[in-house]
Amino acid sequence: MSSFLSIDNVSRLFGPNLTTGEKIAAKLGSKVETRSVRAVSDVSLSIRKGETLGLVGESGCGKSTLGRLIAGILPPTTGSVTIDGKPVMENGTKVTTRVQTVFQDPFASLDPRMKVGDTVAEGPIAHGLTTKGAAREYVAGWFERVGLDPVWADRYPHQFSGGQRQRIAIARALAMQPDVLICDEPVASLDVSIQAQIINLFLELTHDLELTCVFISHDLSVVQHVSDRVAVMYLGRIVELGPVAEVFGTPAHPYTSALFGSVPKLVLDADELVHFETIEGEVPSPLSPPSGCYYHPRCPLASEQCSAQQPATQPVAELRAVACHHFEKQLAKATA
Amino acid sequence: MSDPVLSVKDLKTHFFTRAGVVKAVDGISFDLAEGEIMGLVGESGSGKTVTGFSLLGLVDAPGRIVSGSVKLKGTELTTLSAAELRSLRGHDISMIFQDPIATLNPMLTIGQQMRMAIDAHERLGARAAEARAAELLTQVGIPSAKERLRAYPHEFSGGMRQRVAIAIALLHRPAVIVADEPTTALDVSIQAQILFQMRDLARETGTAMVWISHDLAVVSSLASKLAVMYAGRIVEQGPTATLLRDPRHPYTAGLIASLPAMAAPGTPLTQIPGTTPSLLSLPEGCPFAPRCDRATDTCKTDPDMTHQDNRGWRCFHPVTRTAEVPA
Repeated sequence: MSSFLSIDNVSRLFGPNLTTGEKIAAKLGSKVETRSVRAVSDVSLSIRKGETLGLVGESGCGKSTLGRLIAGILPPTTGSVTIDGKPVMENGTKVTTRVQTVFQDPFASLDPRMKVGDTVAEGPIAHGLTTKGAAREYVAGWFERVGLDPVWADRYPHQFSGGQRQRIAIARALAMQPDVLICDEPVASLDVSIQAQIINLFLELTHDLELTCVFISHDLSVVQHVSDRVAVMYLGRIVELGPVAEVFGTPAHPYTSALFGSVPKLVLDADELVHFETIEGEVPSPLSPPSGCYYHPRCPLASEQCSAQQPATQPVAELRAVACHHFEKQLAKATA
Repeated sequence: MSDPVLSVKDLKTHFFTRAGVVKAVDGISFDLAEGEIMGLVGESGSGKTVTGFSLLGLVDAPGRIVSGSVKLKGTELTTLSAAELRSLRGHDISMIFQDPIATLNPMLTIGQQMRMAIDAHERLGARAAEARAAELLTQVGIPSAKERLRAYPHEFSGGMRQRVAIAIALLHRPAVIVADEPTTALDVSIQAQILFQMRDLARETGTAMVWISHDLAVVSSLASKLAVMYAGRIVEQGPTATLLRDPRHPYTAGLIASLPAMAAPGTPLTQIPGTTPSLLSLPEGCPFAPRCDRATDTCKTDPDMTHQDNRGWRCFHPVTRTAEVPA
């Protein structure tokens, strides 16, 4: 498998913003909070050209941070991200336009005082993909591509509905002619009937433009629908990775299994008592994660080994990997 | 069957704005029996939240209930004075909101806030009140409840805060709880825990619930009956399973079909064309007609609710085929 987008041992720490006074106080030995959060911890992924990787997990698991690291919006603390062998960032600055991002909230990600046509044209003009004179036509082409009427280029964001704004955000990302698209919860803020429209647009565009995608979402059914492979994150680590059908069908990590079990499904039998496989407790604070495997306090399969030793990521089958000491037990349970 | 706890008849809540009259809720009717959970489903702007507010008499100017009736255990709510409503709210009918950060006072401890809610309707000694508060917190799944009463909202996680809000709503064992998207802001694992508990609570306490949500799957696992709202009116209602398996209104059918779970991975989803209409400029007749592939000239007049058995729909050209449902 040739890797197009490579993420090598990427970690990202967030420390507290200390004032000068606090820094001095900490040096003198007083109690100042200096612990940092490891939002993304030693993540390695390799993604083929044209592949869509789904990234799922609960809030605070680091999936958005990982998306930002790949997109070159945040520099990693250690590790590197490369596209086709070339780095995305050098010395803390983004050095490529080959990766672009579509954000969750199209109300916040568009400048309310700029005409949407200018918003879409800004990047391509700055990077020489088009000229000021030709920008109108260039933008019109992308507008048509995402299903918007080109005459709307002179309107402002507030004149559009949520679904249309998300189309504009997609046009803005694609107008940079990227090879890699990071989608951070692109349909989370949309109504159900509009969600389907945007998902269909996404499927069509990634196929036609041969885009490599990282699709971040907490909605498992959406990820299952659009992705080729899926990575499940928990407290900054990837706990399971593999082809969508296999991971969803026979989860190898107890967390993946419990997460899927928690999702409400359409219930069609009135007499059927729905059984939720609820996960005990809550996600621990990333400021003081548990020892060993981060999931062990909530895990039904946990043993002494799990609290003592962090499980290594190991292959389960072709293209599948899991970080769990007891994945064989879990697999046996899932296939039973 | 006994008399319904809550009975809503032809309720209309309109907002009189400078731009025109917004008919946010335009003639909805439903009954709710003791311990029953009804899911109220719709997209943003369909009027589901305003419906919830109307039930509790919480609609502020420029909005007002223009006609219809809301009967709670036989008492007509729409004609009550503000003071009379206040004595009912929190005692006989209460509400849980979407965002627990916005509904809890950050300056007061959980215990103080629960105490205020108790004192509003009942004279209880300090010790008895604390015991009641702790009991409710335990019931909604908060460990070491006694100690947690002294904590402030910021010391709780989002899921725990929502549990506190639920505990406050349950303090006086109301006959009806209106829950407005209470799990939307929560993670799936926490959402599952709360849904599970709410269902048990409804069964144990006999509290009836109106569960407002945009998520069909959430509602289907909880509610025994459903009402689907579009542009201020209920377009279809009936028992959850019947309605999901065999939707009659094209909008309901479209909503179900557009779920990713209904299509094979990677294939295009069924989509409802267009967007929800502005309530200021509703099309004449059926509001869904411009987006509907079954619409004809007949749809330029407004369809009435067609009743059959225990279900109903507002459509001239109902879907009759049974929806395909994956096993």
